[in-house]
Amino acid sequence: MESWLLETPQMSQDTLRAIKRGIDKGYMEFSRAYGADIEAAFEPMLYFLIWFEKLLLSAPWWSIILVITAITWFAARRWTLVFGVVIALLLIGYFGMWENTMRTMAMILVCTLLAILIGIPIGILMSRSDRTQSTVLPVLDVMQTMPSFVYLIPVVMLLGIGKVPGLLAVVIYAIPPVIRLTNLGIRLVDREVLEAADAFGASKWQKLCDIQIPLAMPNIMAGINQTIMMALAMVVIASMIGVKGLGQPVLQAVTNQYFALGLFNGLAVVALAIIFDRVTQSWGLRMQTYRQGTGDE
Amino acid sequence: MSDTVISVRDLYKVFGDDPTNAMKLVRDGIGKDDLLERTGHVIGLSDINLQIERRQIQVVMGLSGSGKSTLIRHLNRLVEPTEGMIKVDGQDIMAYGEKDLLEFRRHNISMVFQRFSLFPHRTVLENIGYGLNTQQQPKVEIKTRAMRWIDRVGLSGYEDYFPAQLSGGMQQRVGLARALATDAEILLMDEAFSALDPLIRAEMQTILLDLQEELHKTIVFITHDLDEALHIGDRIAILRDGEIIQDDDPQNIIMKPADDYVADFMKDINRSRVVRARSIMTNLRGTETGPKINASMILENVAQVMGMTPDKACIVINKQGEPVGRLTIADVIKGMARPNSSGTRIT
Repeated sequence: MESWLLETPQMSQDTLRAIKRGIDKGYMEFSRAYGADIEAAFEPMLYFLIWFEKLLLSAPWWSIILVITAITWFAARRWTLVFGVVIALLLIGYFGMWENTMRTMAMILVCTLLAILIGIPIGILMSRSDRTQSTVLPVLDVMQTMPSFVYLIPVVMLLGIGKVPGLLAVVIYAIPPVIRLTNLGIRLVDREVLEAADAFGASKWQKLCDIQIPLAMPNIMAGINQTIMMALAMVVIASMIGVKGLGQPVLQAVTNQYFALGLFNGLAVVALAIIFDRVTQSWGLRMQTYRQGTGDE
Repeated sequence: MSDTVISVRDLYKVFGDDPTNAMKLVRDGIGKDDLLERTGHVIGLSDINLQIERRQIQVVMGLSGSGKSTLIRHLNRLVEPTEGMIKVDGQDIMAYGEKDLLEFRRHNISMVFQRFSLFPHRTVLENIGYGLNTQQQPKVEIKTRAMRWIDRVGLSGYEDYFPAQLSGGMQQRVGLARALATDAEILLMDEAFSALDPLIRAEMQTILLDLQEELHKTIVFITHDLDEALHIGDRIAILRDGEIIQDDDPQNIIMKPADDYVADFMKDINRSRVVRARSIMTNLRGTETGPKINASMILENVAQVMGMTPDKACIVINKQGEPVGRLTIADVIKGMARPNSSGTRIT
């Protein structure tokens, strides 16, 4: 039988090698030429991250717990949740993981903030035009399915090892849900309600701020919640490019087969995840109290 | 002394991918079915001409699918016509740019919706103040004006409730107050009371008529309910398959239906409650005695008056108290009787 029926048609090894080399070389040149500028552009972010990390690390542990407790209470208004959060944080401290947890928390919060600041406007733009939606959606699909290690390579080539490349990698990995759900949430707003806004002469901006975003808020909050969860997952992987925090001991545990170390730090990540998740979810839920009737009907 | 506020001329609306081209066929007189078969376009409204007088309640009545909701949405350009002219207070609103249109909707025209379309995340107070919000009035002003309207529609004490916490009737009061709060002169009501149960509907009609006594808005009221149309309309336009078949005074619609379709509509109404004395009175003979009744009295009440007197006839007087006609018991009975199915009266 002909050989092309048995083997997939393949370009010659030389061509393939040349293509790979070409791409690598091109990107290398790009990063040499613009790496410094791009790094400089991220500088304010870096300062903010460092400042925030220092703040969390230097503040006394009890004041941090107090602040988190207060936030939990205002978001959820549930004593059981507040109690659970305090216990979890105390345990983290007791097991000697306080500093790493604070580093990870700083990273997650800054990443989430960035993802929200970039993601919500993109989601809004997507909701306004089907064409934007159909161009952005495949990009998001790629971002979500591309193995996360693959992002790390170009980011490291461009920016080296450290906090900023870590931040970038985490944001790229974690941003799709907030974009998707902002878009979806705005698209799901009742047409009749929008028609009413139109009938009263609402401008596009007034419609967006007064009607669409508030009504899309439950979905946007679900997106933010997902983004935080994904950021937490990525922050462990990002430890490979020098992001400090709970990821580093995990990485160390993997390479040295320290099961207990891995387990403790892993559980600390879980505890953080649960805290973030429950707080954002109950906040999202509380924002929808208007949906419940009192049974007057 | 006719004072036209809204003037609609030769209005057409064709739904489909390429309405402009389909419109050419419509102008050549193609039928509805042919158009659908040949081009996949649907005629929503066809050759609509409508003059709406200031301070009147113009009812547009038709069954579902007759195009009435489409028609009312043309008046504030929530729907754009395929062809035709719409003038409001002499201004061609089709010529408005985006900005003019927003201003027009903010200040001159407001709307009440069939399914209320309240903003679920805003309180009653914030809903009612919404139109003032888009007008960018100061916050204090919005609040005081919204509070006044809450009071007017009888919802005091509910200002901090959310729509989902209110019954249907209360929600539509919010809808009505929201529309009135902008002080727009024209009020569009798209089947505003159709979603409410009969008792609440009657109550809302009364509220509307009471408010109208005082406010003298120009109201365009869409309904599929003939009783409602006859109860509140100063004038009724009957729409069928996107065409107006009769646009007339309610009494004329009852007494002189334009065609069998309209006559068929009138078949089931309780004539004693809608036909008024002036519609069936006969000429004065000059020698009348008997009780005096108002020309706008409904036959049910005329019958009551006549039942209490020995006279066989009564004198119909106009608003100024001058006699304008007479009515006998036989006239009243005839007026109450339903015409036979062909639309002609049994004599």
